[in-house]
Amino acid sequence: MPVEVKLPQLGESTFEGTIGKWLKRPGDRVERFEPLVEIITDKVNVEMPAPYGGVLAKILIPEGQTVPVGTPIAVMETPDAAIQSPAAAQPTPTATGVGTREDRTQLADTERVRLSPVVRKLAEEHGLPLEEVARLRGSGAGGRVTKEDVLKYVETRHGAPPVAPAATVPRTTPVAPSQHPGDQLVKLTPLRRSIAQRMAQSKREIPHAYGVIEVDMTALVRWREAHKDAWRSREGVNITYTAFFVRAAADALRAFPLVNSSWSEDGIILRSAIAIGIGIALDDGLIVAVIKQADQKPLVGIAKELETLGRKAREGSLALDDVSGGTFTITNPGVFGSIWSMPIIIPGQAAILATDAIVKRPVARDDAIALRDIMHLGLSFDHRIFDGAVADGFLTRIRQKLESAPGGDAVPNDF
Amino acid sequence: MAEIRYIDAINQAHHEEMAQDARVLVLGEDVGRKGGVFGATMGLVEKFGEDRVIDTPLAESSIAGVAIGMACNGLLPIAEFQFADFIHPAFNQIVSEAARMRYRSNGVYGCPVVFRAPYGGSHGTALYHSQSIEAFYAHVPGLKVVAPSTPYDAKGMLKAAIRDPDPVLFLEHKRMYRIVRGEVPDGDYTVPIGPAAVRRPGRDLSLFAYGWMLSESLAAAEEMAREGIEVEVVDIRTLAPLDTATILKSVAKTNRALIVYEDNQFLGYGAEIAARIAEEAFFDLDAPVMRLAGPDVPGIPFAKPLEEWFSISRGKIAASIRTLAAY
Repeated sequence: MPVEVKLPQLGESTFEGTIGKWLKRPGDRVERFEPLVEIITDKVNVEMPAPYGGVLAKILIPEGQTVPVGTPIAVMETPDAAIQSPAAAQPTPTATGVGTREDRTQLADTERVRLSPVVRKLAEEHGLPLEEVARLRGSGAGGRVTKEDVLKYVETRHGAPPVAPAATVPRTTPVAPSQHPGDQLVKLTPLRRSIAQRMAQSKREIPHAYGVIEVDMTALVRWREAHKDAWRSREGVNITYTAFFVRAAADALRAFPLVNSSWSEDGIILRSAIAIGIGIALDDGLIVAVIKQADQKPLVGIAKELETLGRKAREGSLALDDVSGGTFTITNPGVFGSIWSMPIIIPGQAAILATDAIVKRPVARDDAIALRDIMHLGLSFDHRIFDGAVADGFLTRIRQKLESAPGGDAVPNDF
Repeated sequence: MAEIRYIDAINQAHHEEMAQDARVLVLGEDVGRKGGVFGATMGLVEKFGEDRVIDTPLAESSIAGVAIGMACNGLLPIAEFQFADFIHPAFNQIVSEAARMRYRSNGVYGCPVVFRAPYGGSHGTALYHSQSIEAFYAHVPGLKVVAPSTPYDAKGMLKAAIRDPDPVLFLEHKRMYRIVRGEVPDGDYTVPIGPAAVRRPGRDLSLFAYGWMLSESLAAAEEMAREGIEVEVVDIRTLAPLDTATILKSVAKTNRALIVYEDNQFLGYGAEIAARIAEEAFFDLDAPVMRLAGPDVPGIPFAKPLEEWFSISRGKIAASIRTLAAY
């Protein structure tokens, strides 16, 4: 019998996906869990496994087309006996039977749009996408999301925006700029759209404040120039400045836990884990890959992870886990020559650090002018969470760490 | 203030209104010498005489018709139907004449009759003495329909009904007569026809009821509070005109609505409450509007177990509350 294959939810806040490449043609036999189609989302590209075994009967969505989550993308012909609907394929839940994550996921497939009117109204008032609300584990009958669930979620959501009644946040339709002859409209990619939404949300909700500090990178530059080849042949990866920045930031985050936190209406959530996101430039945008437990990894481990994440980002093979869970972010506009940057905080985090270009400058040293390798570190921070003193203390700690870079033949793992 | 029975409150209202306004009179079966089959008119004939307390033949259509004639000619009659079950022969008089008088005379004539009728199931009163008839009459524009749920309201609303310039159908749940007690002032006061009353504030769901169902609902709400479910109980008490604002306000607060009525569920009075909530409180709802009502069978059976199956008890109300709260 024919069964529809729907575009699955691939990550917390993905609402749509683009069909990359159909890996099977109509008429092909497909084993269950065999890769069926490549799907590109704003976060990751994945190969979607076939939810059923059988024959691919019909492709509903051609390659290159973007559709919302839940849209039927293909029809599969499955033998009756082998109807392994996702729900049926799960072990039958017991009578009291709830609780596992899988149960909820399956339920969500059918219940996704079954939100009560008041839940929908609340979601709109709090700016929550319905898809996000539908994925909550509800306390109502059969896991239904109730009004109480939404209110609780709003309270505990990471970096929850202040509860703003709809009336005070008028929904203005942005004025569309007029187009003139010869102008060209470039369609938004999912990635571009996601960046736009997140950045606008951040600037709308977070009162940004900024601090910039100057770092004398001379010692570190010298050390790196002297050792990078040896390092490369020993470790198999390049030693980048970014690896040092991650180490220095992780150390400073440990010393200034407020910088590693999230704002919520109930209070400031200090994050126990330190997971540092690194902005990676792509052709059509930027993706933030996350180094988990950054404070517990040696320099060489971070260098290797950075290289792996960079490669995966360029190949488009980042997994969801690679791009989620960040508690702080470092962006490196310096590689493009910027000397003074004020980045936008990722919603849910307290601050973002920009590392700018290392430039030789004349500076005063011991009452004399010296040429040194100078870099600006710019911190954008959520002024609701902490104030300038903390920001500058945090930056100073990073500066001290970078300026006390290993000299001579010191083992860089000690950094 | 004395704590008295529901029936005593009705009786007091008769005595006081007849004493203060000579136009007020009572007519019905056995209302005089017997004092009413339930005792609502006890002591009236002795005090006010047979001209003002009239025992009528067993002919409900004529009781209503005569009362309407009296009202059109300047009197303030209270017409008692011994049981609401027997009001049906008077349907034409009440609906076609009394309810329309103001409208068809372009506002010139009122028809200030109070039609009193004991309604609802009691212990073993079976098919002919247990009917809930409110939906038939609340449907009719021009007729006010009330079903007070406390002795205080019974007295105050009966006085308001007697003084009302238009016809009022005054429904008394017969089970309440001797079971429900409450504090009632001795003197004169009225309770306005129209506003509903929040009898118990609550946060988890709104329960709408009237008459005996209100008593049972309050008992169920008490029980639910011990389970941690806070039910807001709203006493509808005036069925027509309906106080929609109070209903919507409560639903806006609790987001869930349960309507309890004793009549058959299909097209019963609670259906109108449900419809108004659905139409006007849609974006406040976190669960479907729920009705708990009698089964759609022709009448309350006599056999005890069947009567229990038919009747809406506090246990059934509690079960519905649990279901709706968990939705």
